[in-house]
Amino acid sequence: MVEPVLHLENLRKNFGGLVVTDDVTFDVAPLELHAVIGPNGAGKTTLINQISGQIPCDAGQILFAGQDVTLLPVHSRAALGLARTFQITSVLPGFSALENVALAVQARSGTSLHFFGRADTEAALNDAAMAALADVDLADRAHVAAGHLSHGEKRALELAIALAMQPKLLLLDEPMAGAGREEAERLVAVLRRLKGRLPMVLVEHDMTAVFALADRISVLIYGRILASGAPDVVRKDPRVIAAYLGDEME
Amino acid sequence: MSVSAFLRAMLTTLRQSWAGLRQWPASDVAPLVLFIVFALIPVFAGTGAEIYLLSLFTRVMIFAIAALALDLIVGYGALVSFGHAAFVGLGAYAVGILASHGISEILLALPLAIVVAGLFAFATGLVCLRTKGVYFIMITLAFGQMAFFTASSLAPYGGDDGLTIRARDTLLGFAILKNDRALYYAVFACLLGAYLLCRAIVGSRFGRVLRGARENPIRMASIGFEVFRYQLIAYVISGALAGLSGFLLANATSFVSPAYMSWQRSGELIIMVVFGGLGTLYGAIIGTAAFLLTEEWLSGLTEHWKVIFGPLLVLVVVFARGGLVGSAAKLAHWLGDDPVGRGKESAAAIQADILRRAQALRTLASGHSARLRPLMHTCCNGAGRAARRLRDEIAGLSSQLTRRFRGG
Repeated sequence: MVEPVLHLENLRKNFGGLVVTDDVTFDVAPLELHAVIGPNGAGKTTLINQISGQIPCDAGQILFAGQDVTLLPVHSRAALGLARTFQITSVLPGFSALENVALAVQARSGTSLHFFGRADTEAALNDAAMAALADVDLADRAHVAAGHLSHGEKRALELAIALAMQPKLLLLDEPMAGAGREEAERLVAVLRRLKGRLPMVLVEHDMTAVFALADRISVLIYGRILASGAPDVVRKDPRVIAAYLGDEME
Repeated sequence: MSVSAFLRAMLTTLRQSWAGLRQWPASDVAPLVLFIVFALIPVFAGTGAEIYLLSLFTRVMIFAIAALALDLIVGYGALVSFGHAAFVGLGAYAVGILASHGISEILLALPLAIVVAGLFAFATGLVCLRTKGVYFIMITLAFGQMAFFTASSLAPYGGDDGLTIRARDTLLGFAILKNDRALYYAVFACLLGAYLLCRAIVGSRFGRVLRGARENPIRMASIGFEVFRYQLIAYVISGALAGLSGFLLANATSFVSPAYMSWQRSGELIIMVVFGGLGTLYGAIIGTAAFLLTEEWLSGLTEHWKVIFGPLLVLVVVFARGGLVGSAAKLAHWLGDDPVGRGKESAAAIQADILRRAQALRTLASGHSARLRPLMHTCCNGAGRAARRLRDEIAGLSSQLTRRFRGG
């Protein structure tokens, strides 16, 4: 078997007496789009936060690109190639869309301890940033302040920031949340284009999007992985239907 | 030429020159004007009041360096330091203590002042920068007070009373700062250097990370920046610059005292930066000048000048958000506002939009079956005609508007 990009081994997290991540073992194969679904409060976002490092783990191990990153801080994991988007959009509102992305390019290209020379005219940074913006159909909004973009555009911008990091793995925490029908369709189209270019973990409530995109689906309930497998297998799993899909799929 | 025509021509000229002036951004024009004024002060100052005016503006420029240093971290990093006077004081004490041992060499005192302040910033920054917001303000205040009380208890160096310095520092034995004008221009050069340095930093890769951390530290961490590291470096640069200001202050006043480090002084520095306008750099210089000159003027009027000065500050903070620089920008925007131009711009945008849609409709029609095509064409031609009529109407309206506003 090919070595997975990401491997979680018996990951745990308690908030007081509440177990939010309960013995989760999970992996992402190279170039795979692995979706995580589950009802509200199942611990999906906590799991993403544990992988990216925002929330420390109580027990277990996270292997990323063959390296144990369990104890590494957020910025070190990001430097290793772990990119993420947030459920609640997180961009730099006062920066232009271009500068938001250029900063991500800057993070991976050379030192940022340059005190002289203008950063906003560095062609290498701006060109790579423009390419990432074009990837998410945002090139024509490059010079608009991120705070003035529409909700859907901000989501796309977050994706562009993540792509500009040239990550080895992309964590997407509900990228469609709050997006309108049209915006969601555009995002799905963008994700479909990205699929096969890099491995992704997708947490999403939009089942149409999940079943259209995922190579593999894991169902998380009360912090536990209930089932994991190809979309068609998961869709027919009686436990999954009883616990989750039953109320959403006709 | 009739009077009204003359007036109209005057107005047009005024508007054109204003538009010409607006080609240069305020962030270039304002500092240029400021430094020209500073450079000319000794020339303007005649012989009578010269000493007074020179020393006043020397003071303004010295504090402007400290305010610049503060703006670098408050305005661009959202790190509100309430202990910045400590760095100024440390720089001043470096000069004072060396002088009390008979050493008054600039090549020793200047680096020492900068390094001591920078080291103090590094050591305290390691602790302060672990906290955010109000906690950061309180802990920087605490470190500032620690420096203040340490200086007060330095019995060999004057304790509470401070320390008088017999002569200004010399460069390799030459008393280059002895002359007040020479000192003035030395301070001027330092301020110019500090301003250019901060300006470069703010626009650089490093400055971009610092500004990014102000906007959203979580986002910065998740693209791979260790925010703490960059903030610490900025804090050290800021502390070192404040140390430079302390070096100059000790030389200008020939006196060092713990009062230089008091929390009131730190508060005044914050007021200067806010007064001028946060995050503009030249605003810090303007704010310092406005603060010190107003203080000077009011204290000449009455003994109880603080009763007037306090409410004045409150008014500025409440009514002039963005400080003096922000208010000036609003005024300039109001002066330069061009409703006709704006109307024309939006009319052109609407027109372009309609034409684009009509074109899209036509493209759509050409792709359809032969049976539908004539019908679609009729629709498109109708839309095209409507668009043209609308465009003509908009053009007519905007020229009417132009006539009314310009009185043509």
